Amino acid sequence: MVHGGGTLKDTEALKKVIKDLLASQNLAVIATQKEGQPFANLVAFAATDDLKHLVFATTRATRKYARLMADSRMCMMIDNRQNQASDFHNATAIAAIGRAEEVRGTEKADLMKLYLSKHSHLKAFATAPTCALMKLRVDRYDIVRRFQNVMELWMTQ
Amino acid sequence: MSHILTLHDIRDRHREEVGGKGFALARMAQNGMNAPEALCVSAEAYRRFVDATGMREQILMELSRKPFEDMRWEEMWDISLRIRSMFLNTPMPVELHGALKGPLKSTFEGEAVVVRSSAPGEDSSKTSFAGLHESYVNIKGTEAILEHIKLVWASLWSDRALLYRQELGLDVEKTAMAVVIQKIVAGELSGVIFGQNPNDPSLAVIEAVYGLNQGLVDGTVEPDRWVLDRKTGLVRSHNPAQRDKVVVPATDGVRLGALAVDEQRRPPLDQEKIPKVFDLCLRAEELFGSPQDVEWTFKDNTIFVLQSRPITTASSAGPDDKRPWYLSLHRSFENLKALRKRIENQLIPDMVEEAQTLANVNLGSLSERELAEEIERRSAIYQRWVGVYWDEFIPMAHGIRLFGQVYNDAVRPRDPYEFMKLLGDNEMISVKRNRMLEDMASVIRSDNQLAVALRAGKGPERNEGFHKALDGFINQFGDLTCGTDQCTQGRDAMINFLLEMAAREPVKASARPKELEALRHQFFSRFEGDRRTFATELLDLGCASYRLRDDDNIYLGRVKAQMDRAVDEGKIRIQKQRKIDTHSLSAEEVIRVLKDVNFVPEKTEPVKKEETVVEVRVRQLVGQPAGPGIGKGKARVIDQLSDLMSFRAGEVLVCDAVDPNMTFVVPLSAGIVERRGGMLIHGAIIAREYGLACVTGVPEATERIRTGDEVTVDGYLGIVVIHAAA
Repeated sequence: MVHGGGTLKDTEALKKVIKDLLASQNLAVIATQKEGQPFANLVAFAATDDLKHLVFATTRATRKYARLMADSRMCMMIDNRQNQASDFHNATAIAAIGRAEEVRGTEKADLMKLYLSKHSHLKAFATAPTCALMKLRVDRYDIVRRFQNVMELWMTQ
Repeated sequence: MSHILTLHDIRDRHREEVGGKGFALARMAQNGMNAPEALCVSAEAYRRFVDATGMREQILMELSRKPFEDMRWEEMWDISLRIRSMFLNTPMPVELHGALKGPLKSTFEGEAVVVRSSAPGEDSSKTSFAGLHESYVNIKGTEAILEHIKLVWASLWSDRALLYRQELGLDVEKTAMAVVIQKIVAGELSGVIFGQNPNDPSLAVIEAVYGLNQGLVDGTVEPDRWVLDRKTGLVRSHNPAQRDKVVVPATDGVRLGALAVDEQRRPPLDQEKIPKVFDLCLRAEELFGSPQDVEWTFKDNTIFVLQSRPITTASSAGPDDKRPWYLSLHRSFENLKALRKRIENQLIPDMVEEAQTLANVNLGSLSERELAEEIERRSAIYQRWVGVYWDEFIPMAHGIRLFGQVYNDAVRPRDPYEFMKLLGDNEMISVKRNRMLEDMASVIRSDNQLAVALRAGKGPERNEGFHKALDGFINQFGDLTCGTDQCTQGRDAMINFLLEMAAREPVKASARPKELEALRHQFFSRFEGDRRTFATELLDLGCASYRLRDDDNIYLGRVKAQMDRAVDEGKIRIQKQRKIDTHSLSAEEVIRVLKDVNFVPEKTEPVKKEETVVEVRVRQLVGQPAGPGIGKGKARVIDQLSDLMSFRAGEVLVCDAVDPNMTFVVPLSAGIVERRGGMLIHGAIIAREYGLACVTGVPEATERIRTGDEVTVDGYLGIVVIHAAA
């Protein structure tokens, strides 16, 4: 038996909420760790249509790249807050939890195209030889709405 | 603009700022009509208040807990109670207080006033929603007026206004409330004139009572009614009222009293006064350009206009619109007192007697046809009592709300539900019933051999007293399972349940006599003289209302149990003689099978819950905080009554709606989660009795939570957390 489960309709509805939010936002906060010390950074991101991957770019010299190479577990948070009191009931926040890896080979061209279609002004940065295109393989999305309503969407890879 | 204006200051440009009522009064005063002296507190003052105090955000938070479409009226009532409590407990910012205090003091020093709502658009001809917002009569002293201005502001978010939020265009960011403060004219007789009868445009209608208008407006005093020809002003007909009551100003507020004998014999209006009222109405109509609904009063033979608004013909209520019924649940103190008498002295005794008479019928001796007719008869009896339940018992619950409002106004507690503690200070039948269960469980606890015998399914040879008590209990309350598929094995199921109860520590309903005494004292200390008597009567009414709300379900349950008993008898016979699976047969089908030997009911598949998929999990659900506390345990989702018998001590009760007939498991539970929302629902009331965490109004609670899930019930914040899948 599935506990606290939702229906198929829930899945579709939830996917739409996530998709709409990911499409509406350009920036996300990523969380990584090193020796138990958490870190957070802001990145420009894009999402694949099936919601299985979130893509972002970082130069290989950054600390976040080093941390992710040492421990690929990461979390990315995307939200639509407006810095208004109404955020408490209007804002939606999503935490995507999974593992990150650098995109290489044939896949890179497709994901780069996807990334640049959203952030065309980052072309020089993202395509520089020193820059890594990263993808977060999402295991689970946590969706928080109306301040305290929390649902999870588990992704099958 | 200024936060406060006199009727003579108000110009066309102020219309939105002073609201419909304030604007109409100003126009009438400026055109020589006899309106009592008044000041208007502008909508801007409201905006200043909610912005400077952070209230605007707090209101937003309250209104956004869940979508309105998913809210019951009871939940709206709770929201508006919490908002009202915020207004009561939030002091006016110093600057605003200063700006209002001066003019109020110089205009009304030593005078009694009426503090009325004047919401922008409230009285326009398209929307007339009289009575959605509050007015307060006979208020004295500047500080008291300022406090009542806050209460009128709070009523912008009354449950009634929330019901009509779309029509009113309620919007936290934009909507504001103006207030009219009017010198009270303690008229000898008052009334309302409708310049045009919506059903017959050639007529006008006057309603009049002795004393203040308040009694007429809230329905406690029946008015005399005159129908006039609109063209000539001549009286076409007069319907006298049964005149016996009158509303007059009291030390604080108003009081309903007996009408003097000579006035009982004489209609409030005579041939001299009727034309004056009609003339007033025509002047208002001329001024505003459309037929008006005008409130007026006579003092020393002079007529005063109290307010005027356009007549609206729009009765937007369609047959499916339940809102007028909800509005009708707001009953006055007098109305509730009469209702209580009727319920306690007539309806409940009748219902108990009816159930007893049915219980005395020997169903086994009836022929098949007779049994079918008996089921029909019992079903009709039950339906009639369900009708009584909706028409009379549910409105009685308003006594709880009425007491709560008076308590909060007088005491201003931080917890707007503190008043419930005082109401719970009398024993409900469900609590008595639970104590009887607890007593039987404690017998099992102390008699190990009895427990062993019960587990082995042995009869009354061990501890006869226990078995007698159990039979007595079943006789009084049924076996707790009637109406379910377990009815026929009820006694065994009950024994299993008692064994479960005996396996854990005894639980008692909470009673803290010292705390209650302090609360009672605190409440009564705010009232003096006449008002103290009123407070005592109101507390008594509130207690009765609280008790009856639970008890009437138990009594109704007894009638239903008798209907079910007959249906079950029919099922047993059908199963025996016709070999038909009776499990899912309805009462109607049982009747048909009994009457017609050739009838074979269609098999119905039980409705399956929608398949769940692995991908989505709910981790945290938000409802309303209904019983403070925190409870953790495995969930037990109740889809049907028989599920209750599997309930284990320490589990969290998750259900669609707790019925008092179900609450016997509550003392065993670690917390309660209910889909149906509200603070005054049975689940919340019983949870408070036992000091258990309770969250109500959780959408789809029984679908989202599964039996066996580990859950935490946060009754302080109204949150249910579903932990990792069990």
